[in-house]
Amino acid sequence: MRYVDEFREPKNVEQWLANIGRLAEQLPLARERPLQIMEVCGGHTHTIFRYGLAELLPEVVEFVHGPGCPVCVLPMGRVDDCVALAEHPRVTLTTFGDAMRVPGSRKSLLQAKADGADIRVVYSPMDALALARRHPDREVVFFALGFETTMPSTALTVLQADKEQVRNFSLFCNHITIAPTMKALLDDGALRLDGFVGPGHVSMVTGTRPYRFIAEQYRKPFVVTGFEPLDLLQALWMVLKQLADGRCTVENQYRRVVGEAGNKTALAAIERVFEVRAFFEWRGLGSIDYSGVQVRDAYARYDAERKFSLPSLEVADPQACQCGDVLRGSLKPWECRVFGTACRPETPLGALMVSSEGACAAYYQFRGIRCQPLVATDTQPEPVR
Amino acid sequence: MPQILAGTPRWLATVRLALPALATVCNRCLESFSPMTDSTDQSARPTPGGTVTLAHGSGGKAMRNLIETVFVRNFENPLLAPLEDQARIPLEELRCLGDRLAFTTDSFVVDPLFFPGGDIGSLAVYGTVNDLAMSGARPLYLSCGFIIEEGLELEILHQVVHSMRKAAHRAGVAIVTGDTKVVNRGSADKLFVNTAGIGVIPPGAQVAARHTRPGDVILTNGSLGNHGAAILGARGDLGLEVNIKSDCAPLHDLVEVMIAACPDLHAMRDATRGGVAAVLNEFAEAASVGIRLDESMLPIDEEIRGVCELLGLDPLYLANEGKLVAAVPKPQGAAVLAAMRAHPAGRGAAIIGEVLEHPQGLVILKSAFGGERIIDRLVGEPLPRIC
Repeated sequence: MRYVDEFREPKNVEQWLANIGRLAEQLPLARERPLQIMEVCGGHTHTIFRYGLAELLPEVVEFVHGPGCPVCVLPMGRVDDCVALAEHPRVTLTTFGDAMRVPGSRKSLLQAKADGADIRVVYSPMDALALARRHPDREVVFFALGFETTMPSTALTVLQADKEQVRNFSLFCNHITIAPTMKALLDDGALRLDGFVGPGHVSMVTGTRPYRFIAEQYRKPFVVTGFEPLDLLQALWMVLKQLADGRCTVENQYRRVVGEAGNKTALAAIERVFEVRAFFEWRGLGSIDYSGVQVRDAYARYDAERKFSLPSLEVADPQACQCGDVLRGSLKPWECRVFGTACRPETPLGALMVSSEGACAAYYQFRGIRCQPLVATDTQPEPVR
Repeated sequence: MPQILAGTPRWLATVRLALPALATVCNRCLESFSPMTDSTDQSARPTPGGTVTLAHGSGGKAMRNLIETVFVRNFENPLLAPLEDQARIPLEELRCLGDRLAFTTDSFVVDPLFFPGGDIGSLAVYGTVNDLAMSGARPLYLSCGFIIEEGLELEILHQVVHSMRKAAHRAGVAIVTGDTKVVNRGSADKLFVNTAGIGVIPPGAQVAARHTRPGDVILTNGSLGNHGAAILGARGDLGLEVNIKSDCAPLHDLVEVMIAACPDLHAMRDATRGGVAAVLNEFAEAASVGIRLDESMLPIDEEIRGVCELLGLDPLYLANEGKLVAAVPKPQGAAVLAAMRAHPAGRGAAIIGEVLEHPQGLVILKSAFGGERIIDRLVGEPLPRIC
């Protein structure tokens, strides 16, 4: 596969690993404790586990897996609202497939579908709009999820629906935005991260400017990167290089995709349709100011939250979960008291076990925690099968 | 499958296609058994117009007509005689071939019914043939059951049945009994097919997942994931234009040369739903061994890799319909590999991994640059109705 295999070339991978090792040895900080670099994006988490990168790194450097999996951070209350929408007799709910298994307090969408709700998996919001056109007697609701990566396609779909005057289409908006959440993480006193590997797809839309405050105010190196093993390793090296040089800037390793100013057309579409919410609830992290968006008044008729009456109850995260600590990097996935026992990919309790981009699910699936002894827990570990 | 479990379809009259055995016992050994009378394929295609209606399941004239024009004409074979309620198979002929019967069943609900490289008919024949073959058995006789949704075009049914006829001929098996039900519109999706089959296992063959041993090598017979990718492409809902064909094919001849090269072949399964990942997890669990795959050895076509890359799928989990995975003692590995590569169904064969003592019950993939990850069983069903 051209333009893919080049970024997975074993010789180059070895070389960058060696470069990282040499650089890390020179860092005085690394002699006291391992350097902790957070990869913000779930896609990066997936790459790290899929290629076994974490175990190839020198011991003095470790990845901390960030909150950048939009499916994972969806709070239970929002899932409950979505289930309530789906159970409405006139509603056909459309969703991306990976949201189907996210647990609500009563049930997941998968269970709601089995109970008779009309729920369809789509690959694009435009598919949902097409469904609305074909079934004028149904109310088609799109379960809009994701960071700035998916926001433009949702915004364009609303604009298209408005142009065609499709009245039976709306969206349940759960779009979120990463910068305020990173600020919240950085404001947390318990956090001891040394730098960030920044998201590639989000930055393709937003550009690299929104992250400047991380370098300027919080003095942390930040390198935007792609999703191939070599992308991540080079970006990691760039973060260490900044640390070695005593610099803190936003750098862009992913120049083949990301521009400094982002995608202007996409940003304009987002700006037309969405506005910032005062706050949004994140599973595992709690309420974060200005971290979500909602549909502007001008497009209120496409906003399922205004079109239907929803329970909109806040539901606390399951108490046993320690997702927040894992997200902040203060706890490893397998150190959580319910990891692999009460909380597993088949029956996820916490956010990070839900999607394969969640750190816990990735750890469970790719590293096979069942090979390792579980840390002391107050629940019985599952016997090794 | 949920489509079948959900609700209770209203069963209508049964149409029996029982095709009993010869009136006199045939003394010849089944070594020369050739079930199909005609291999020329000519008489098989009258084109009945119209659609299947509830009348076709009512036991009356329409039903009789359907049986004769569609089923009997296609499945005709030397064992076919007066329509009785069951096929009668002389034991003596079976005894010539081995010491145990293999017996299996599988239901097919694939959507769409026709896809590049196959259709529900060929899938239903090869699926059951392969399930029999994985024991080392020689597949001999198949049954078929059709559940038809009212309104299905007769032409479609005819094409499917014709395809089954061709597939049975290619695999050297006879379809000797059958059944048809027509259900109300909405009680099934177009057409579901069940096939069951029997075959005879030669003396000595002891192929079983639990016989996988540390020191074995893992082999497969060619490119992985083609069927799953072909179905995805054929559904057209991904907006992808791909040129991928299903690998749908019978494997019993290939199995025969493998067992000839290594009579002590330990374990073998066809890698259908859940792909190679599912089969190897079954091996690892049944035998309490660890299995380590080498990513750089996996035979995966460029196009499949491309589709998987775009959609975030892993070819190890994609279904195959003409691929098997086998565990063979290492000393015989090279001989089995050579025998496979000399066979048309095994040209792309490769050794893809090895069996270890540890970690017990787990499958591990070594990436091209040394990182390792677990290949776990799938959670949930990402791609429903692929077979």
